[in-house]
Parts: sequence; structure tokens; C-alpha cells
Amino acid sequence: MAQIGSYVLLLALALSAYSFLAGTIALVRRDHSSERMGETARRAGIATFVAVLLAAVVLVICAFQDNFSIAYIFHHSNRDLPAPYKFATLWSGQEGSLLFWSLLLAAYGFVLRLRYKTDPRLFAYASVVIAAVQVFFLLLLNFAAHPFAVMQGSLPSDGAGLNPLLQYPEMVIHPPMLYLGYVGFTVPFAFALAALIMKYPGEKWIHVTRRWTMVTWGFLTCGIFLGAHWAYSVLGWGGYWGWDPVENASLMPWLTGTAFLHSVMMQEKRGMLKVWNMWLVFATFWLAILGTFLTRSGIISSVHAFAQSSIGEWFGWFLIITFAAFLYFFLMNKSHLRSEHKLESLVSRESSFLFNNLLFVLACFTILWGTWFPKISELAQGHQVTVGAPFYNSVAIPVALLLLLLTALGPLLAWRKTSLESLKRNFLWPALGALAVGLVMMISGVRPWNDISYFYALMAAMLAALVSLTVISEFIRGGRVISGHSGQNLFASMVHLLHRNTRRYGGYIVHFGVAVLVIGILGTPFNREAEKEMGYGDKMSLGPYTLVCQSYTQEYNQNYSSEWAIINVLKGDKQIGTMYPERRFYKASQQAQTIPRIRSTPAEDLYLVYEGLNPDTGRPIIKAHLNPLVMWIWVGVWIVIVGTGVALIPNAQAVVRVPAPRLVESPAPVGASD
Amino acid sequence: MIPRRSVGGPWTKQEDMTKPKAIRRSMQCGFLCLAILVFVGSGDEAARFEHLGHQLMCICGCRQILLECNHVGCPDSDGMRNELMAAVSRGDSDSLVSQAFVQKYGPTVLAAPTNTGFNRTAWIVPFVALAFGLMTVVFIVRAWRNRPAPALAEGLFPVRGADLEPFRAQARKETEL
Repeated sequence: MAQIGSYVLLLALALSAYSFLAGTIALVRRDHSSERMGETARRAGIATFVAVLLAAVVLVICAFQDNFSIAYIFHHSNRDLPAPYKFATLWSGQEGSLLFWSLLLAAYGFVLRLRYKTDPRLFAYASVVIAAVQVFFLLLLNFAAHPFAVMQGSLPSDGAGLNPLLQYPEMVIHPPMLYLGYVGFTVPFAFALAALIMKYPGEKWIHVTRRWTMVTWGFLTCGIFLGAHWAYSVLGWGGYWGWDPVENASLMPWLTGTAFLHSVMMQEKRGMLKVWNMWLVFATFWLAILGTFLTRSGIISSVHAFAQSSIGEWFGWFLIITFAAFLYFFLMNKSHLRSEHKLESLVSRESSFLFNNLLFVLACFTILWGTWFPKISELAQGHQVTVGAPFYNSVAIPVALLLLLLTALGPLLAWRKTSLESLKRNFLWPALGALAVGLVMMISGVRPWNDISYFYALMAAMLAALVSLTVISEFIRGGRVISGHSGQNLFASMVHLLHRNTRRYGGYIVHFGVAVLVIGILGTPFNREAEKEMGYGDKMSLGPYTLVCQSYTQEYNQNYSSEWAIINVLKGDKQIGTMYPERRFYKASQQAQTIPRIRSTPAEDLYLVYEGLNPDTGRPIIKAHLNPLVMWIWVGVWIVIVGTGVALIPNAQAVVRVPAPRLVESPAPVGASD
Repeated sequence: MIPRRSVGGPWTKQEDMTKPKAIRRSMQCGFLCLAILVFVGSGDEAARFEHLGHQLMCICGCRQILLECNHVGCPDSDGMRNELMAAVSRGDSDSLVSQAFVQKYGPTVLAAPTNTGFNRTAWIVPFVALAFGLMTVVFIVRAWRNRPAPALAEGLFPVRGADLEPFRAQARKETEL
């Protein structure tokens, strides 16, 4: 099987190299024979997908067959690993995840090449760019990180097992989502570069890539928050975001991708920001690769140490080459990217997009700067420093609050120019609502002058309210207009409105989701925790809850043994439930893992961790966290996903009601009476 | 109309009369501030422990904030917490506690760069970038606004400013959703 996998990977490399070279020659020569060559290049690109898919299938079959002669399977699987995790072996380690990356890229390329009739020439250029990226990944797979490398010496009877942290249901879907996002940004980049090289007239490439970008952005959003939810549910420290370099690596392309989704509207509607959009789409692609470079090279220390290796140099060179190539084509063709219109007013949708883009890119830069600063410090001072949560919270939160303010203001601004009167008219009620929220929070005990984090929480709550209310008011205002024309009730009119302009109102739903998400995050300064050694019948209090230890128990299966604490949860005198925090010991990898239990309500999460036995006293330790509002983060993410889905639906055509023609019995000759 | 009072009028007299009172009030305020400073300086021990514990990293390699390190049997975090608690109980100032930890565990024990020397650049650069970005946006906006409008055919005059409002209102009315 290993040989089949190796040969198929070599074949895929040959096919993608042919697709790149033949495609390039066909585009350069532009004669009759080159058309046929271009067609062979397209078909070679499609065949690349088949070959890479076959390689991935072979690797998964090897995992299910417990084929430990393959080093990758030995290091990331074992006989007693449950089937879903054996399937997930494909992306659980370095070589497999690169193969998976290559597979997704080939799949995106496959779809693109099938849809080439939309615009054959533009698609041919984009296909060549994707083939070039594909060649890099297949070179890597064949010569630097071979997934079918064979074990040396005698065959082991069992594998080393999958990292316990990865043995969690969300880990089966988190990496594919994240990779779909990372890899997907290659497609808008390929189209942008194609449009730049061929000096493509108009904004059609933007229309072509809009859905790709939104789908990709949606996947990346899902991937990031699945990772956050996994961290919350598995790592046992009660948080969901630790500003680890690998987390930052996923956030950076998301930020520039979000900026691109906004600024692209300027190009579509007003023919502006063409140069900026080019660089933004390139930066998003480039940052996705940079993230991989960060995680794989080990150049910056991270808790995701399992992914470190020596292939960072390959990524480093790839980053340099792609930057040089893009810069070259940009300098050659930049005259093609002149703006068509001028800005008429500072109080306009255009300027709000400008500031929004500035803040997104600034947030991205700040995170990039913080991620690289330990290395910069080492070069400058001879020693590394830690750049952790206190730095990011101080620097990134103000930027995030400003972004939230623009999220609220942006939809109220008209294109070209907004009169102050209409701004006041649209803004008054949402602003009053936001002030009321702030007032209620202060009355209920939030003192922003006591602690900067309380100040941030208060501001975030007010701005989240402002965003929500502006979105709601936009729906109501539009719904009323339709209701006035059609006589439908307001709700039906709002649904009608949504169908009429899915992109705009889908975007508003995404904004609303972000506001809900922010409400979830702003509970963080009010987190509380307690820790206690708990024997049978011992009690621990946290907030309104009393935890009573009922018992401890143990369980065994082939993959791991586990210890459970059985904790009764009381609120006042009433028992409201029983929780079972768990601690597992995985046999193959000989590693322990906590599995926290979470009782989630809209007001707060009660989060229990069975930390194990105190080595000195032999008594079990239970740690409890009380995290307010966390549920709203996940609710917000769902709303964002729904909004993205809505924005992807094509607009319904407006029904124009034309009065039925009356039958004319004896038509007069045309023009007779005029 | 409210009559204007002269400088040497009854108010001056009143000011003279209340001067000792004002001095006394100022001294009271001073004492109050001092008391606040003293109390803030000693601080609520638990709150200071929480605050400082979130400014330090566990050095076991888990890359977690000291008070968030959740490894039972972690070789370092318990000792570090005890040291921190002892320092806070002694009444050591925040900077003294930080210095002691840096001396013992190295600069990576601090969860964020200090605001001294080269480390200050970590804090300054994002704000410099913000200022630079803002200036760039303002420059772009001004350049775009000053860009000449396309030439109009003879006999056509561009409508600007307030004259545009009726057209805008009409367009809004017809297209607003």
C-alpha cells in the first residue's frame, strides 16, 4: 500500500507540474495549437485531484488496516483507536495534514477547472496559479514530508497512538474546517493574480470570486471557533482563547479576509480601492501560508508543539517567491488599477470602509507584531520575551471596540454622501438604547473606573447593543417600506426584504452575530474560580452554586482508563443537577488528559475540572470556574454562520406588478391618433 | 439683567472669611488622597495576588498564565504561587515582585514585555502603526476629494452641495429598501 501511495503522489506531482507548464505556455503563445495545449493543462489539473484523492484514500485505508510499517500511521494511530479518529489520522500529523491540504487545494482546483466556461481565459490563468501552488505542496510531500515513509527495523506490534488532546469529536471537524478556510483563500488570490497579469477589464473577477471568498471565510470562521470551543471543552483551564502563536496564525488571514470582504464592495460599486484589494487578497493568502510556516517551523514556540518540524525552510522560500512574483506582476501592471471615482464626503459608506479596513489591517499587524516580537527581541536583546494575553488585551481590545463602533455606524451611512440629518434620524434610537444598556450595567454594579477590564466590558456591551439595534432598525425600516407597498405584515415584509438583497441583509445578520459574540466575550472580566481537595461529602461554594462531592468512580476501555468525580450541584437548597468531570489515561501514548464538564446556561457556565490526585495528600482536586455569558459566544458564531449562508443565496427577483392589459376590441392603427 | 459684582465687593470679603476653611478642606483632601494611596499601596492581598499572578507565566513549558496552569503535579507552578503569595504578604511592590521573578526565572516569566528599554517598542509600534494608518487614510481621502471631476459637455453645469439634496431625497424615496 505504501508503494501505491508513493507512486500516486509522484504522479500527482508530474500532473500538476504539467498543468502549470503547459498552461503557462498556452497562455503565452496564444496561437491555435496552444488552445489544445491549454485544454490538456486543464485536464491534467483535474487528474491531479484524482491522484491526490487516491493518495489520501490509501493513507486512510492504511490507518484502518493498522499498517504500522508506515511511519506516519505508527506515530499517529494505534489498534484500539476508535474509527472516527483513525479517519482523522489523515490530518493529525505533519505529513498527513500537508497531504490533506494538497487534497483540498486540488479539490478547489477541480471545481474551478470544471467551471471554466464562465470565462475561459480568466479561469485558465487562475488554473495556472493554483497549479503552481499545488506543485509546491506536492514537492513538499514527495521530498520533505513523505506521508508514506516506511519504518526502519522490525515492525512494531502497535502504534504510538494519537495525541490525547486530539481525541475529541470536535477535533475530527476542526482541522478540515480550518484547512478549507486556509486553502480556500488560494482561489481568490489565483483570480486576483490572473486579473492582474492579464489586465482584466472591469470587476468581473470580483463577481466570480465573491462566493469563493465568502465560502472560504465561512469555513475559516467555523474552523477558528471550533478550535476555541475545543480549547474550552478539553484543555481544562476555563478559557477559549490563549493568544498562542498558532491561534494567532489562524486569526491573521481571517482579519485581512474580513477586510477584503468589505473593501471589495468599494470596487464593485464605485470602482475604488483596486490596488488595495489586490494587496489585501494577496496578504490573506500569504498570511495563511505564513501561519503554516509559523506552526511547522518551530521558529516561535507554541503549545501546538506536536506540529513542529524542519519543513519551515521550504515554506520560507515559498513565501519569498510568492511575494516576489506578486510584486513583479503588480509593478508591471499597476497602471491598470486606477480608481474610477473620487470620494465625495468623509461621512459616507466609502470612508467607513476605509477606516474599517485600516482597523482590520491594524489588528492583523498588531497580532503579527506580537507573535513575532519574541523572535525580534532575541535578535535585538539576545533573549526572548513572552508576549501573552496581557499584551494583546491591552493593544487589540481598543482596536476591536473601534471596529465594533464602525460596524454599528457603517450600515447607517449612504454611498457617496450622508446628510447629517439622516444620520441623526437613523442613529438616535440605537444610540439611546446603547446608553440605556450602559446605564443598566452601571446600576447593577459594573464600575468602569475600578478596573480597565470593566471599562472595556461596559464599552463592549454598549457597542454590541448599538450594533444589534442598528441592524434591527435597518430591518424594520426596510420592512416598513415593503409593507407599505405590498400590504404584507412587518415580519413577512422583512423576510421578503431578506430575499430581495440577501448579500446586504445576510451581512447585517453576520454583524448581529458578531454583536452577540461580543456579549459572550465581555463576561470574561467577571470570571470566578475556586479549587478544593474534595473527599466524599465535601462541599465547595462558587457564586450561587454549592458543589457536593458524592463519589468517585473508575472505568476502563481498550483505548484509555478514566476516573470520574460525581459532583452534585445545588443552587440554594435545591439540587439542579449532577456533573461528572473526568480524567483519562491513554494507554498507547501513556498520557493523561482532563475532560471538563460544563453546565451551560444563558447567564453563566459552571465548568468543573477533575485535576487528579494531590501527590502529597492523595485526595482528589476539583477546580470550578464560573464563566458568565460564554454560551453567547457559540450562539453568536451560529448566527454568523447563518448570516454567511443567507448572503450566499442568490437574490430573489423583485416581482413587478404590471396591470393586466385590457382587451381592445377594434384596435386603431398604431400612430393613428398621435 | 444680573448685576456685575465689583472685585472689591462683598464676595472678596466672603473669600477672606472662608480662607482658613478652604485651607482646612485642602488639607483634608490631601490626607484623604494620602490615605487612599497608602491603602492602595498595601492593597487587598487576594486582589494583588490575582493581578500579579495573571502577569506571570508558568515556566514548566505549558505556556499558560501562572494562575491558569492546571497541571496537577506541575513541577513549577505551586512553588511559584507560594513565592508570589509570600511576596504579596510581605508587602513587596509590584515592580519588586516582577524583578524578583525575572531574576530567578528569566525574562520569559513575564506574560507581557515590560515598558522599558527595547521592550517598549512592543507597546509603541502598534500605536505608531495606528497613527501612520490614520494619516495615510486622511491623505487618501483628501487626495480623492481633490481629484478633479470628469469634464462635462458644454452647457451642462454640475449640481453641488445643498442643490443636490432634492435629487438625493428623490433617489432615496425611489430606491430605499
